Amino acid sequence: MTHLLAASQYGASHAVTITLAMSALLFTIGLIGFLVRRNMILMFLCTEIMFQAAALAFIAFGRMRMDTGGQIFVIFILTIAAAEAALALGLVILLFRRKETLSSEAWSELHE
Amino acid sequence: MIQMLSITDTHSDSPAHAVVTSIVNAIPSPELSWTGWILLLPAISVVLTGLCCALRVKSKLPGWITVLALAGSFALVLKLYFLRGDAGAPVVVHLWDWMNFRWGDQGKWYTLQADVSVYVDSLTLFWLLFVTGLGTLIAIYATEYMESDVGKGYARFFNGVSIFILAMCTLVMADNLLLLYLGWEGVGLASYLLIGYYYKKPAAVAAGKKAFIVNRMGDLGLAVGIWLIWVNYGTIEFNTLFQVWNDMERGVGSFDKSLIPYCLMLGAFGKSAQLPLYVWLPDAMEGPTPVSALIHAATMVTAGVYLIARTYPLFALHPDALATVAWVGGLTAIFSATIGMAQYDFKRVFAYSTISQLGYMFMGLGVGTTFGAAYHTLTHAFFKALLFLTAGAIMHGFAGQLDLRKLSGLRQVPGFKLVSWTMLIGCLWLSAFPYSAGMLSKDIILVQALSGKDHGFVWLGWIGLITAAMTAYYAFRVWFRVCAGPVFYMPGEEAHDDHDAHAAPTSHASHDFHPHAPRWAMNGVLIVIMLGAFATGIPGYMELRGESNWVQVMMAHSSALAGSVQAHVTDVVNFGMNPHQLVELFGTIASLGGIAIAMYFHLLQRKSADKLRAWLLAHNSIRWIPVAMENKWYVDEFYHACIRGPAWIAGHILHFTDKHVVDGLMVNGIGRIPAALGRLFQPLYNGVLQGYATTMAGGAALVVAWVVYRWLTSGVVA
Repeated sequence: MTHLLAASQYGASHAVTITLAMSALLFTIGLIGFLVRRNMILMFLCTEIMFQAAALAFIAFGRMRMDTGGQIFVIFILTIAAAEAALALGLVILLFRRKETLSSEAWSELHE
Repeated sequence: MIQMLSITDTHSDSPAHAVVTSIVNAIPSPELSWTGWILLLPAISVVLTGLCCALRVKSKLPGWITVLALAGSFALVLKLYFLRGDAGAPVVVHLWDWMNFRWGDQGKWYTLQADVSVYVDSLTLFWLLFVTGLGTLIAIYATEYMESDVGKGYARFFNGVSIFILAMCTLVMADNLLLLYLGWEGVGLASYLLIGYYYKKPAAVAAGKKAFIVNRMGDLGLAVGIWLIWVNYGTIEFNTLFQVWNDMERGVGSFDKSLIPYCLMLGAFGKSAQLPLYVWLPDAMEGPTPVSALIHAATMVTAGVYLIARTYPLFALHPDALATVAWVGGLTAIFSATIGMAQYDFKRVFAYSTISQLGYMFMGLGVGTTFGAAYHTLTHAFFKALLFLTAGAIMHGFAGQLDLRKLSGLRQVPGFKLVSWTMLIGCLWLSAFPYSAGMLSKDIILVQALSGKDHGFVWLGWIGLITAAMTAYYAFRVWFRVCAGPVFYMPGEEAHDDHDAHAAPTSHASHDFHPHAPRWAMNGVLIVIMLGAFATGIPGYMELRGESNWVQVMMAHSSALAGSVQAHVTDVVNFGMNPHQLVELFGTIASLGGIAIAMYFHLLQRKSADKLRAWLLAHNSIRWIPVAMENKWYVDEFYHACIRGPAWIAGHILHFTDKHVVDGLMVNGIGRIPAALGRLFQPLYNGVLQGYATTMAGGAALVVAWVVYRWLTSGVVA
């Protein structure tokens, strides 16, 4: 932890550290959720959480470098995430119509 | 300067013998651009007969298109000849651009220029005259000979003939070696196509392939020769080369310069069927007979003679190369004569006689008389075309019968009188009967050989005289067997499929069989060529009367001028006689003696020929002689064992290597590596999405852990 705090000496404030830690936490939550759930909608929501964790990291690093680029990117990420969410949910609906289930295991034969 | 004249003697007084020791520079003559039509007419014929092939024309149209085109070419050649005369300066006519490369830098430029231009001197005209003239006549003959193939292969046949004449004219008219090479390969192609004309017959296909491959070996020599000429002299245009060679010293030059004539002669030996590359020509008799007459007796096989006569200034610089040509020619002459004496297929007898006569031509070139070689080319073109066309008429009439034991007394068979008598003329000319054209031209070569001072040329002259006796024997062996004696014939198997079924296929007995006599096209052509054979004697008779020999004048105004002066040596050679007396006496003895022996064995006492053969076979010490001669000295078998066999084995080894090592081990082996790796990792892909995600997350965690570890241990921040 001392090293992490030492990183703040490179221009990172305390807030940056906390934001980065938040981002890591969010990513971990998303990852664990993705790994343990079988419901495709929930798995998709978990990927969204990981996505937002990455966006949060962008803001943190932008802040660290005193650069607005990070925040600008987050605007783009949100836009794309919205579009991609529509697409992914559409796919999930299609998959559901095929097998009448939301479980990802129903599609495990695709590996062949 | 070219000093071939030191061998020959120059104290001649005829104006034609006026010594011109350098080749006149060619005159560019754009006004003669119509000479291009000599090439264009056969080219048009190639296109039109090709169209006839595609449209499946079922008439004799393609034949007559070819005849018209060739006759047109011949007329233009005649026009050119009368315009220019015997003794005009050579002309160069630029027809079309072909290739003109120029590269290099810093003052060192290389150029390679080869245009479609014609170089016309007397040598070109001489060759053109009999190529297009005989070509026209033989095409007329073929319109009748090939009539059973109308609608089938007729157009294809005349397409081949047109390609041949186009290529041959290109060969002799070319003003540079590359265009000559194009024509050279073109005649090879035409020859291949026409030998394999009966493509359903395995023997014909094999013969075509053999001719093509054996010729390739010679052509390699020609190609290397042309390349060496370009490397050494910087140009391949004849006119420039002649001027360069004119000014060169004899026998001087680097190794690759002295290699050039040997390369060129290899090409000539291949195309003109000389030892050791003669084996293709007897097999080429599988083609239709007009083709044998036109390509494999009269014209194409003289391309080698033409090549050496054309580059004669170069050969004159290398006496050893000329001696090689002479000896190869002389040995080929006697070697193929021994085979010709023992063959039963009379078309093959004529084929071996062609090789033998070509041997004489090369002997003439080698001993220094291009005049004798060219004259013999001319007389041979006519009498050999005549012989082949009579052989064709007999084949045509007797369902492909070619065995001289199964035909007899044809001169009494209705419709075959003319064939028999024209064949007699051909045989007389071939056996150099005294004062026939064949004798006049052959004697020039033999006299020159016997006058030779070095390289053992005197021995070569004696070989030529012995060969002359053998030639007379085998020529009249055919004639006495086939045309004289009691009437008897057995039809052939119609193996050549060029005879409309006159014989009932079930019976080959002679009383059921009606010979199919030749009609006007064949008979007319036989008469014209016979008259031509007589006419070829005229230059020789003029010479006997003390006037100038036309062929000699022609050669004296061409690139072959160095050998255009006939020997007038009075030195005693053998038996207290000079070469002239020797050739006169022994040539006559050889010719008449050969005919007399043939007459005894094959006309008067036919039984005794069989007895002689039986007697020879009964004695173990000499039985190899007839056996070897009948089996063509086993040369084909020798080549089979020494060249084809190893090549076959090497081919199979390479095929095995390619299939199992290159393809099997290397190409497919490398292809199997990813497949095997794939099978190795296949179980990881179980289709469970979480499994993949775990792997990904684990991988990412490992990367992060490694980065963090490096960060902690690097000491940058510590």
